[in-house]
Amino acid sequence: MPNILVVEDSPTMRQLISFAIKRVPNSRVIEATDGVDALKKLSSEKVDLILADINMPVMDGLKLVSLVRSNASYKDIPIIIVTTEGAEEDKKRALAIGANAYLPKPIQTQELIKLVNSYLPA
Amino acid sequence: MDKDTIITSKADEFLQMFKKGEEFTKELLKENEKLRFKIAQLSETMARTGDEARIKIYEDRIALLEEEVKSLRERFMQVEQENKDFASKYVEVEEENNNLANLYVASYQLHSTLDFSEVLRIVLEIVINLIGAEKFAVLLIDDKTNEMVPVCTEGMTLSDAPKVRIGDGTIGSVAKEGESYFAYDLSSEVFNPLEPIVCIPLKIKEHVIGVITIYKLLVQKAGFSNVDYELFNLLAGHAATAIFSSRMYTQSERKLTTIQSFLDLLKEKPKK
Repeated sequence: MPNILVVEDSPTMRQLISFAIKRVPNSRVIEATDGVDALKKLSSEKVDLILADINMPVMDGLKLVSLVRSNASYKDIPIIIVTTEGAEEDKKRALAIGANAYLPKPIQTQELIKLVNSYLPA
Repeated sequence: MDKDTIITSKADEFLQMFKKGEEFTKELLKENEKLRFKIAQLSETMARTGDEARIKIYEDRIALLEEEVKSLRERFMQVEQENKDFASKYVEVEEENNNLANLYVASYQLHSTLDFSEVLRIVLEIVINLIGAEKFAVLLIDDKTNEMVPVCTEGMTLSDAPKVRIGDGTIGSVAKEGESYFAYDLSSEVFNPLEPIVCIPLKIKEHVIGVITIYKLLVQKAGFSNVDYELFNLLAGHAATAIFSSRMYTQSERKLTTIQSFLDLLKEKPKK
């Protein structure tokens, strides 16, 4: 059963993403409200994929990506950035830090599910 | 007649008879030859007739098979078309499903709290994340002044947002008429607080309590889709009731606390 960590400060978006991911067979959603909360969840749960926002309080998504990539235990977990920042330079920066994919909001559910499926272990 | 003459005439007779017999035999042989030839011809014709019949059978069968192939091809095309229809219907249903999920989440979140500031935060979240607006404001009508005042903004400060009298300009007209406004050009870069690209009335039935004014969309948002218009409709109704009821609740809570404190004060008799 793949565990998907959704890191998002907006409850509306958390609920919407969780709703969408329910359609990924056998998946389980773990929710985190910011980067620090996400690191806590990573230390206590086995995570197969991270969906993270960029603009979050306490610790933003880019900082989370760099910390995950520098940690030997989590460095191979795929990360998809889901953000309102739609400029090309934002995307380049996120991918350069180590994010695997970049999805600007407002999200298209089918696109999100397709992307999630492509990064989950077969 | 002497004896020799008689013998000679009988010999001649015999010879003539013999010649006739010979001729007859020759004729029979010729007839036989002719009949043999006819028999050969007939058997050849018969053999040929058998092939033709077989060819005819094969031709009929080919025609039948061709007919069958044609009908199968037509059925295949029909099924293919049905498949295409089903696929496009599936996409439509999927899209509708996603739209309903968006509307459900937005509605659920709007009615999940009675805290006024939290409701405003949820309205902001919906407009940013689900609609894709970058710069916008929520204006509510102040019943005392009959003027709309900004209560929260995104991408701009509260002081940048306008105060508008009902009936004045685009925003005031939306509040007065209760009809949404969408500018022709959604990509306008010039910021004019009185000229939003979208203005949505917040209505409880026909009573307008305020408006949402959008000035700029996110860079990746080119235009509005069907679900966006549904979300605008949802915001017009559900956000209005959520804002109104939470504001009433917050005010009544505050009043209740004040009255309770006052009653507590009255209960406490001064000690002399």
